[in-house]
Amino acid sequence: MNILVLMKQTFDTEEKITLTDGKVNEDGIEFIINPYDEYAVEEAIKIKENDGGEVTIVSLGPSRTESAIRTAMAMGADKAILVENEDIPLDEFSAANILSSVIKEQEYDLILCGHMAVDDGSSQVPQRIGELLGIPYIGTAVKVEASGTQVVVERDVEGDTEIVEAVLPVIIAAQQGLNEPRYPSLPGIMKAKKKPLERLEIEDLNLSDDEVQPRTEEISIYLPPKKEAGRILKGELADQSKELIELLRNEAKVI
Amino acid sequence: MEEKKLIKGGSFLIDELQPEDIYTPEDFNEEHLMIAKTTWDFVAGEVLPKVEEMEHKNFDVAVKLLKEAGELGLLGADIPEEYGGVGLDKISSSLITENIAKAGSFALSHGAHVGIGTLPIVYFGNEDQKKKYLPLLATGEKIAAYALTEPVSGSDALGAKTTAVLSEDGQYYLLNGAKQFITNAGFADVFVVYAKVDGEKFTAFIVEREYPGVSVGPEEKKMGIRGSSTRPLILEDAKVPVDNVLGEIGKGHVIAFNILNIGRYKLGIGTVGSSKRIIELATKYAKERKQFKLPIASFPLIQEKIADMAVSTFVNESMIYRTGGLIEDSLSVIEGNKENQGREIAKGIAEYAIEASINKVYGSESLDFVVDEGVQIHGGYGFIEEYEVERLYRDSRINRIFEGTNEINRLLIPGTLLKKALKGEIALLAAADRLQKELMSLMPLMPEDTPLSQEKGMLDMAKKLTLMIAGLAVQKYQQKLEQEQEILRNVSDMIIELYAMESAILRTLKTLNKLGVDKAEHKLDMTQIYVQEAFDRVSLIGKNTLAAMEEGDVLRTQLSIHKKLSRYTPINTNALKRKVAARVIEAEKYL
Repeated sequence: MNILVLMKQTFDTEEKITLTDGKVNEDGIEFIINPYDEYAVEEAIKIKENDGGEVTIVSLGPSRTESAIRTAMAMGADKAILVENEDIPLDEFSAANILSSVIKEQEYDLILCGHMAVDDGSSQVPQRIGELLGIPYIGTAVKVEASGTQVVVERDVEGDTEIVEAVLPVIIAAQQGLNEPRYPSLPGIMKAKKKPLERLEIEDLNLSDDEVQPRTEEISIYLPPKKEAGRILKGELADQSKELIELLRNEAKVI
Repeated sequence: MEEKKLIKGGSFLIDELQPEDIYTPEDFNEEHLMIAKTTWDFVAGEVLPKVEEMEHKNFDVAVKLLKEAGELGLLGADIPEEYGGVGLDKISSSLITENIAKAGSFALSHGAHVGIGTLPIVYFGNEDQKKKYLPLLATGEKIAAYALTEPVSGSDALGAKTTAVLSEDGQYYLLNGAKQFITNAGFADVFVVYAKVDGEKFTAFIVEREYPGVSVGPEEKKMGIRGSSTRPLILEDAKVPVDNVLGEIGKGHVIAFNILNIGRYKLGIGTVGSSKRIIELATKYAKERKQFKLPIASFPLIQEKIADMAVSTFVNESMIYRTGGLIEDSLSVIEGNKENQGREIAKGIAEYAIEASINKVYGSESLDFVVDEGVQIHGGYGFIEEYEVERLYRDSRINRIFEGTNEINRLLIPGTLLKKALKGEIALLAAADRLQKELMSLMPLMPEDTPLSQEKGMLDMAKKLTLMIAGLAVQKYQQKLEQEQEILRNVSDMIIELYAMESAILRTLKTLNKLGVDKAEHKLDMTQIYVQEAFDRVSLIGKNTLAAMEEGDVLRTQLSIHKKLSRYTPINTNALKRKVAARVIEAEKYL
């Protein structure tokens, strides 16, 4: 089974986010495989280990993405395609167009990806790609059984489980709990550097300007406001309740 | 590949090196970083959650974790691929050691297995022994241990009492004796054991746990590293096949001393990993803990501690990877020729015996300092077992004792240096002669306006002072120098500081050349702080040593030279330390 894994490189979840000149500071930051994508990588490798086939990583991002790709290769992915983009602004619309145009050139039975990226958290790209490719999309997968031309997926639906059967090819987005990603082994790491990585530019793809142009605009980036110190209301219980309602209505403006 | 000239061990004392001459952590490649990350992820994800169980002597956990480490290749870095290992360079295996060190006692189980337990077979085993044991050791199917120390022979390793006598049929050696403080003894399958054949020929053997006559005593109750197994190994007519002699009969000391060299180097790396862990814990705590309504991290005296911890760790790290680079360069040229390989490798490692001793002493004392301040930052909570830093404090103490006490290592440094000089391996004597003339016409430091110019000048002066004092000591005491242990220790301390200062200066300049001033600023600050403090220590040791050796007019003349060699304009280290601390506190980790 030929499996494509859509993978993004994101901030290490341990890193603190700071802003310089209204931009997220990337200096000295550790980058990792987006944790949800890591489940997708692991799942793809497990399916390959059972059924054979090939796992190809497809990424869009700056050239530093290579280190995430090499990690996926060290885990067991076979090859990768990286569409390099250092600073052209993109959004979910353009990213989906770019990735779909790469995928259309590939032979695949199954596409796996993360349910969302932990950086912008939009959770839009997989559905858009399913639409663009004309294949079914199955989200928040916690169990995947793929065999032959068939796939059975258990989905996490707000705490309940939904079981979906589909005919390949499909695109499946991984939810936390799908598996326990392996650590890249040392022999894996040494093999990874020799595995093929194809680098493309957005211009290499047959896309019109309109398809690459984002449909959304970034107005500004700011950190969440600092949490203010709490206040303890004093006095008679009835007065306190009154004051609380007053504050919720007029100060917090939540009721 | 570019032909690289090997740097002689100990030559740093007289040679002026360039930043490009030394290996630094900034030279790690992509694979190195991935190996470090895999190791740390394994430690954080699998080992740290089980530390408590291991501390309570549940060694099944340690054995299981070793096997898991084996599956990832973390036991096979130093074992060639043809024997089931991964066959990586020394920097890779160093990064594994550094990151495993953050796992506390488990690092001891791992280190005893992959280091002193397995390496004697890698380096000195014959083809059959390597084929038989290494693939099993690489996966963790068998666990190794190393048995040199005896109840009455610690530092005096060659004074071992364990004997080996050939059986009448010539098939076995019968080993008798007891080995003390054997790490992994509770569960190890294979022991590298030293015994004297016919009571005199010091020889290494590979002894399996299952052989008749092999048993272990009870677990020791230890101050620290309680999550590792330490027991005596008891040999009562232990039947060891003649095929299990490791190396040559009577040449056990070659193996023992070289494994000690490697062990010292590896211990040094471990201290870097532990120190980084402590800095992280202490910094996070200092930011959370509030007194007088402020996080204690905002108080300058706490900041100073954090800066001192960072500086010491930075210097330690710079020294250890510099030595790692030397060993890697020296071993990477030894390939193929299997006949002499063991001996060649032994020579390659022995070349840097001085550096390994320096790393051992500096690393263990740096870690002790760092962990002590780590506890202090935690205040009363640092004294409570629930806090990791309490365990780390107890775990640290052994490092100054094993792999040769720091006292023994301090004596080895000048001793080895002198031997190398007398053999003509380094031109120490010529340098001492040259110095005599230079000292007459000494010019005061005139720093240029380039980064670390003053520090480079101070390093040069410190080298001169050290050489002067070492030269005077040799002249004065000649054959009896060995008995002047205080003076040898002093010279040793000066040499250690030279290696420390130089490693920091060269690493920082290398970073600066490669990445520019902005990216090197933190290192520049730390180097300036360190060099000033170390220079003052060297100067003081120098003065005291002169006073111990000479008196009257001779002493006064020498003190006037000493004074000239100690002169510099001090910088404001308080301000620099606040800057260093601010960055570490912001990052909440060593950087």
